[in-house]
Order: sequence, then C-alpha cells, then structure tokens
Amino acid sequence: MLNLSLQKIGVALRAKQISSVELTQLYLDRIATHNPVLNAYVTVEAHKSLAQAKAADAMLAIGSAQALTGIPIAQKDIFCAQGWRTTCGSKMLDNFISPYDAHVITQFNAAGAVNLGKTNMDEFAMGSSNETSYFGPVRNPWNIKAVPGGSSGGAASAVAARLCAAATGTDTGGSIRQPAALCGITGIKPTYGTVSRYGMIAFASSLDQAGPMARSAEDCALMLNVMTGHDPRDSTSLVRDKEDYTRELNKPLAGLRIGLPREFFAEGLSQDVAACVQAAVAEYQKLGATVVEVSLPNAKLAVPVYYVLAPAEASSNLSRFDGVRYGYRAPDYTDLTDMYEKTRAQGFGEEVKRRIMIGTYVLSHGYYDAYYLQAQKIRRLIAQDFVAAFKQCDVIMGPTSPSTAFNLGEKGDDPVQMYLSDIYTIAVNLAGLPGMSIPCGTGANGLPVGLQIIGDYFKEAQMLGVAHQYQLATDWHSRAPNI
Amino acid sequence: MSLTISDVQKIARLARLAMNPNEIEAARAQLSGIFELIAEMQAVNTTGIEPMSHAQELSQRLREDVVCATNQREAFQAIAPQVESGLYLVPQVLE
Repeated sequence: MLNLSLQKIGVALRAKQISSVELTQLYLDRIATHNPVLNAYVTVEAHKSLAQAKAADAMLAIGSAQALTGIPIAQKDIFCAQGWRTTCGSKMLDNFISPYDAHVITQFNAAGAVNLGKTNMDEFAMGSSNETSYFGPVRNPWNIKAVPGGSSGGAASAVAARLCAAATGTDTGGSIRQPAALCGITGIKPTYGTVSRYGMIAFASSLDQAGPMARSAEDCALMLNVMTGHDPRDSTSLVRDKEDYTRELNKPLAGLRIGLPREFFAEGLSQDVAACVQAAVAEYQKLGATVVEVSLPNAKLAVPVYYVLAPAEASSNLSRFDGVRYGYRAPDYTDLTDMYEKTRAQGFGEEVKRRIMIGTYVLSHGYYDAYYLQAQKIRRLIAQDFVAAFKQCDVIMGPTSPSTAFNLGEKGDDPVQMYLSDIYTIAVNLAGLPGMSIPCGTGANGLPVGLQIIGDYFKEAQMLGVAHQYQLATDWHSRAPNI
Repeated sequence: MSLTISDVQKIARLARLAMNPNEIEAARAQLSGIFELIAEMQAVNTTGIEPMSHAQELSQRLREDVVCATNQREAFQAIAPQVESGLYLVPQVLE
C-alpha cells in the first residue's frame, strides 16, 4: 500500500480493499515510529485525521468519492488549517491555532482527502536545509546526518520515508524543487497565480507559489487537479478554465525539444550531479527527444536579484507580526515600541531577522533605486531570457541543485553558501514559470540527484507528461530509503 | 560593500528588532557578506528596462463593494495575546 500510486490507492479505497481509517492509521503508526528521528512533522493530531478518514469512508460507502477521497496528505505548516496549530516553523506562531482554512486546505477538504498533519519547514520558508525551523531540523531519510533541503524539507522527508501518501509544499526560490531533489521525490511548482495563496503564510508575495510533492509525476498531476483553480480571495489568482493535469501523461516524447542552458552546466555544479543529469538527458534522447543548447545569460544574477526582492517583500509581509493580534508577545516591555521590538527579536529566528534587515535596508530612503529597482529591472532581463529560450525548445532541463544533500551544520555559519544552493531554481520563480524536480540518479555519496524540468507558462500538463514518460522508462522515482 | 555599526542600528530600529551590541556586530558582518553577493547586480546596464514587479502583468482586480465576510471577532480575539471587552490591548500610547 505504501508504494502504490495515488490512483491505485484510490482504486483500493473504492473497492473497499482498505478503508481510509485503516490507511490513515497505517501512516499515523509510521509517523509515531519514525518522526522522533526524522522530525518531518511539527503537528500530528490523530483524532482529527481519523475523523476526516471516517467521513471519507462514509463518502466511499455511498459511492460519492473523488480521486483523492480518503487519501492521507501531509500539509506544509505554512497553510492555515482551521483548528490546527499553524506555526510556519516559527516561535512567533508556536501558539497560533488558525481560525480559518487556506484555499488549498479547503480544496483538499472538499476533495475528501485526509489531513495527516502539518510538516516541518524552515522558519517562514526562509532556508534551504530545514535547519532554520524553531522546531529543530528535519532529517533526510536517505541518510539522517544529511539535510532534506528546504524550505519544504518536512514534506520531502515525509514523502520519501512513506510517512504520507503525498504532501503539499510551497516554492519561493526553490523550496519545493530543491528538497524534492535532495530526498529523491517528485515536486512541481506551477506557474505563478495557478494555486491560490489565500491562507498560505506570505514570505515574498510576488514569488510564493504552492505545489504538490509526491512519489511520481502521475501523483503530482492528481494533486494539482485539486490544488489549482481561481480563488477571488487572492488578487493574484488567475482566472483560467479548470485543467486536467493528467491529460498529457501518456503523450509520447517523439519530437520533444529539450533546451539545455549552458549556464546550468558551468562552474559550481558537482561532477556527480552533472553526470546523472546528462544520463537523464541521454535517456530522453533514447525516448525520442532532441536536444538543443540554449542560453540564459542573466541567470547568474538570479541569486543576487532574489536576495533583494524576496527580503524586501518579506520585510513588508512580516511587519504584521507585532504581538498585538495573534502569535507571540514578549513577556516584559516598557512601552509600545519596546513591545514590538522585543516581541520580534524573541519571536523570529536568526535567518528571518537577517532577511527582514536586508529587506528593510534595500527599501530604505536613498537605496531604493540602487537595489530594489535595479533588481526588478534585472528580473525582467531574466524573464526575457526564458522567453527567448522557449522559442528554441519545449522544455528546459538541468540540475535542480548543484550538489546532493549536504550534512546538517555543514553550511550553518555562512548564509551566502546556503543561498547558492538555490542557484538553478531561483530564476524560475523570478520569471513566474513552472518548474519541477524528478529523481534521476544517485550521487557519489549515494544520495538522490534531481533533474529540473522548466516549462513555459501554463505548460504543467506537458511537463508532467515529460516527467511521467521518463518514470515509465526508469525506476529512480520508485526507490525508497531503508528506514 | 561594508555596513557600519550605525547602519545596522538604524536598520534594526526601522525593522523594530531589538538587538544588543554583540548581535549588531554579528549582523554587520553577515549582512556585509550578503551585500557583496548582491553587489554583482550593480554592474549590469539596465538603462531603458522596465522594472518587473510581478510575474503576471495584471491589473488589480476589484470586487463588488458588498458585505461578504461575517463578523468573527470572538474567534479572532480568542488567539490574541491580550484583549478586553472586544478590544486588543497594547501599552498606553497617549498620556
């Protein structure tokens, strides 16, 4: 049951081979066994999950089940879920019980899916290793000395360790794709505006986008079918017809043009990762695709641009945490300003404070043009590079991350080194394009390597098909860690 | 680029973050390293390029000006640090 596709789990549930309550209990038992080591979940509330499972069984019994009815899904702790503690990995929200549901949660509830619990993450999604969580680091099930990546590290670890059937993540600069790569799973960040951000705690609003993390492209397609759709409560949610993201899964690859950006295979990429990515591209050629070299000349500027724009937006978004309406408030203070300053100093961790300070600085008087406006102009150049590249190819491929999972503590003292782990993913967010990562091999240390697939705007169905065809021909995605 | 102690003190004040001298110095060193990374941007000629503030070129949607949310004051205030008679309490600001 643990290795069945979501589609097959759905069939088993509808055929009454297993009930949702039994399946949910199976995962809850696995979480109880493995979470003390992996720390993938921050909050598990068995009675709530089992109540949802019972309701799902009732729907199954009367034959009104949908594709994901009764299937236990782990929710990243960035999504507000009514009655659930929603921490965003921060002390600031340690005591926050959400009074409402995020749109994504509403969608899963309407689909009859079971919320299995809230997954650990870097604090306010700021991190690439899950080490910035107030609730302690998540461990990579392939090697518990290694990080799972971040910020959706709990989700990636939980999916890889079979502590859920599938999970949700969010991606501002690579936070779905990089942990998916490091934990050997499949994850997709759809086109900006495809999934509503309502109730998803904001980090950098012009970049944040939610997406699924699962064991295969096929599973991700079923998850996206539930997650996407217009929501008037998010002013950036796009008005588009509902899509079936499974529609191109079985489309043959013959004639597919793959663009390989030469900048993604230059200095900074580990040899073992490069070898796996090249082997995956060779497999695609065997399956009928052709390869063309493309160029993204401004991609190297994506990291500096991101570390102006994302902190600028974060410094504004996180100003709401003031100790007045919800969340943490410092116990002792002299006046209102002192209360704000102590509440924020005590409630936020180091990385979050660092980014708030970068953002405050680049938006401050006298620096706005030199930093913020300059970054927004280069953002356009980066986006234009992709537009030019997609004239020559259908999808772009390259590494997701420059290396396999590094060890806990390895990059702890140097924020800049940590920031460079997202060197291949950030440009995609800046452009607002869809991007995904699929497992394509193992590196020198035996840990998973991710292949990044970048599509043109709204080409998720095509990308999922491209990924699925590879997963039909190879078995990297079905390998599981020994835990 | 290297930030000074007083730069960092000013940023911390604007960001409403209490910091002691040790933290200010640690932040100064780390922020300076990050601004060195960011400085790579400065060499790029962006004359005539429109700033891109958003991934989708959309105008802001407006909704009808009608009541659409129900009053949930009690639910929202149940999670507030300090409330009294339906009001959020903060330290006195007016003498």
